[in-house]
Amino acid sequence: MSAMAHALPPFQAFLDEHLEPVGAFLRGMVGPNDAEDCLQETFLAALRAYPRAEPRNLRAWVLTIARRKAIDHHRSRTGRAKPVAEPQELIDRQGGRARAGSADGPLGMSPRHSEIWAAVAELPAGQRAAVVLRFAVDLRYREVGAALGTSEEAARQSVHEALTKLRASAAELKEMAR
Amino acid sequence: MSKFVDRLMVRANEEGLVDLAYATVDTPLGTGLVAATPKGLVRVALPNERTEEVLARLAEDVSPRVLEFPARLDQARRELDEYFEGRRDRFELPLDWRLSHSGFYRRVLRATARVPFGEVITYGEAAQRAGNPRAFRAAGTALGSNPLPIVVPCHRVIRAGGEIGNYGGGPQMKRFLLKLEGAL
Repeated sequence: MSAMAHALPPFQAFLDEHLEPVGAFLRGMVGPNDAEDCLQETFLAALRAYPRAEPRNLRAWVLTIARRKAIDHHRSRTGRAKPVAEPQELIDRQGGRARAGSADGPLGMSPRHSEIWAAVAELPAGQRAAVVLRFAVDLRYREVGAALGTSEEAARQSVHEALTKLRASAAELKEMAR
Repeated sequence: MSKFVDRLMVRANEEGLVDLAYATVDTPLGTGLVAATPKGLVRVALPNERTEEVLARLAEDVSPRVLEFPARLDQARRELDEYFEGRRDRFELPLDWRLSHSGFYRRVLRATARVPFGEVITYGEAAQRAGNPRAFRAAGTALGSNPLPIVVPCHRVIRAGGEIGNYGGGPQMKRFLLKLEGAL
């Protein structure tokens, strides 16, 4: 055990480090009302499996568990439209990003359009996960890929497709508001 | 978030997933740490030890399922509080000895655990009580590796010449404990 180059940190340290970002991810995936239950299930499952975790990429590991919990959650309550949470946080982050002049930029719509979050909820699960990890959890594409079990390029592609769909939804909304 | 964590802890505990619970403990010389397995108290860290390092070692040596869960350490913290306030002269806690080496080292620690409050013995006497009177140096090493200081009172073992000798918690702590017990 002590010969291991990468030892697992105490679970408490792992929990302290990952609770916030995984919470943000789940709020983006299942909405604010159900995020806390999913977060409980995620960290309980993580605690059960922890001795067998891969110490080198614990964030990707726990995000994979969280994504599975979010999918289970959707299966258990199919059909119900769920508001995607934390619009304010996403907007704030995008605002910050836009001010910082990042190439990813904002979604190209007014932050007032809360309908956009319904549109995020309509995205296919993989794209939704990618866009939430990129913008709500603030991961780099390489890290989004690691969390989704795909390549950096595939993650970039998912986010790109998601943003294209969201821009189309935004244009529709603008049209409707006219 | 703290309500969230409380709920998580209760569920983790019910499922038997907290292999190692820890809590901080206030001593007159700073903040220490106590940790327990379901079997009993497994580690006492004195204020001169770095919490992060102690927890990282526990994660490696016992189990990575290490969680701050003070409810499991109520008795240990109460008994230590009472000891430091001079209202307790023996500990009645279940102990988990797994962090002490087996053989002679553990016999030294078990013999030391029976030295009463307010009394002292020498390293040579500790070695003798563990069955090897000449191994006083090894006895010193065994005491230096005591995972349960204070509760297993290695501070009650001093040099034959009357000097107090080394202490994992620092000489200041050893002097403080011996004075508290009226042995100095």
